[in-house]
Amino acid sequence: MAEVLVLVDHVEGAVSKPTLELLTLARRLGEPSAVLIGAGADAAHGALASHGAEKIYVLDAPELTEYLVAPKAEALAQLVADTSPAAVLLASSAEGKEIGGRLAIKCDSGIITDAVDVEAVDGGVQMTQSVFAGNFTVTSRVTKGTPIVTIKPNSTTPQEHPAAGTVETISVQVSDNAKGARITETKPRGKSGRPELTEAPIVVSGGRGTGGDFSEVEAFADSLGAAVGASRAAVDSGWYPHAFQVGQTGKTVSPQLYVATGISGAIQHRAGMQTSKTIVAVNKDEEAPIFELVDFGVVGNLKTVLPQATEAIVKRKG
Amino acid sequence: MNIVVCVKYVPDATADRTFDSTDNTVDRVGVDGLLSELDEYAIEEALTITESGGGEVTVLTMGPAQAAAAVRKSLQMGAHKGVHVLDDAIHGSDAAATSLVLAEAIKKLDHDLIITGMASTDGGMSVIPAMLAERLGIAQVTFASEIVVDGETVRIRRDGDVATETIEASTPLVLSVTDQSNEPRYPSFKGIMAAKKKPVETWSLTELGVDPAQVGLDSAWTKVTAYVARPPRTAGEIVTDEGDGGTKLVEFLASNKFV
Repeated sequence: MAEVLVLVDHVEGAVSKPTLELLTLARRLGEPSAVLIGAGADAAHGALASHGAEKIYVLDAPELTEYLVAPKAEALAQLVADTSPAAVLLASSAEGKEIGGRLAIKCDSGIITDAVDVEAVDGGVQMTQSVFAGNFTVTSRVTKGTPIVTIKPNSTTPQEHPAAGTVETISVQVSDNAKGARITETKPRGKSGRPELTEAPIVVSGGRGTGGDFSEVEAFADSLGAAVGASRAAVDSGWYPHAFQVGQTGKTVSPQLYVATGISGAIQHRAGMQTSKTIVAVNKDEEAPIFELVDFGVVGNLKTVLPQATEAIVKRKG
Repeated sequence: MNIVVCVKYVPDATADRTFDSTDNTVDRVGVDGLLSELDEYAIEEALTITESGGGEVTVLTMGPAQAAAAVRKSLQMGAHKGVHVLDDAIHGSDAAATSLVLAEAIKKLDHDLIITGMASTDGGMSVIPAMLAERLGIAQVTFASEIVVDGETVRIRRDGDVATETIEASTPLVLSVTDQSNEPRYPSFKGIMAAKKKPVETWSLTELGVDPAQVGLDSAWTKVTAYVARPPRTAGEIVTDEGDGGTKLVEFLASNKFV
């Protein structure tokens, strides 16, 4: 069976949940081989092998991480040439797309981004995407070269699948040409203690209706163990950091449950949350377009509705 | 510093965007189009850089005849000249072919920087900057929040999910900017009048030395096999808060096993 290369997204060997999702999907197409670039191979081994990685290619050289994506794309292109994989799967992050874009040109291969599903069909690979703000579902194929696919977080549930996890250390030569953009400083973002927005099974977002105070939204989110998001209006007003913006120019989320509070539901916001499984809204304006999308809606002020709901949830959880 | 800004003519996101049922491509003719909103940030960034450091901004697009509107708007904002790659063979081009055409056009233009928006508002792939950089053999830095040009050195701040990075690169360089990077200007009346006199060149693939067989739908490296409109979400239950809105909300969540 052909290998399927999965680029591991990790911080010092702490493997992200989307990577485990990629490994789970890769098993449908062939034998998953994890590609781990940077330090942390020992820390990552358990998670990768227990989720189906038959092989783990370890590429660790300072040049691979001191510069922006170009060296990683070079290294992956080398692996593609050496292993002739059935597909290359990457996370749909900024980095995943940049590496994928360069890789596609290097390998004369088609790329599909933001896939929400991937399956083996007629000896090839078929991708499903949600486009035009979630208004259309599109299936597509790569017709040239090795399918390169970036997959959105939450597209599947990671499944444990014990595999060999045989480590192969690969030495790479990074060309000078790939060293054009050097990372001179990295300031880690403070951790909120909440789940990562695009990976969380529940997301609670606040908008203009918060009036700038997200405390009710955050307390409600915490009672559900949810991530907190914000509308563009809230972010543009400086009420919440851009990293938490849900919408066309922010994050696209597809959780089991999405709760929009004080958000009218303009197309810009809908583009980022329309594919959520269950949608709930709280808004003072009964005419708000968000109510066209919801499974359940409360016409009311989030400042009173949310604290009451938070209290009820805390009581239930005892 | 001379800058090429790549812009795209896209179907209006607030209109009913759809596909052309004959070949599964994006309907760019039957739906009102405009300059992709996210490209305005790229134009603004380029104008700001040239206003303080000198140089010219060339706006580059490819697409059907209507795409000239995207060039016009860019010129009205203040770009100095425009190039429109117009050729029937381009229809249906995927990202790889798009990057080929743009890269060949860029090679013919003075460029220290190439700036794009963070994504198009239709395809939204965000892969063109990386593909352009790969084809041109130069570096790219995408999703820039802040750009500082210092001679041939460019310093970029990127606000990522887990960290804020500072990146240093040298020209020539491909950059994409986010919608947090600046506040795009509106065309002034003077700008609108001035734009009418600005040079716009229309180039064919032949002029670029691109073989038409390398682009278009038939030679695309990817293919849309089917598209289906998402079924409208069925209207859910809406209650009005009469002092028990929070309680009812939790009852709904509990009955769906979220609490």
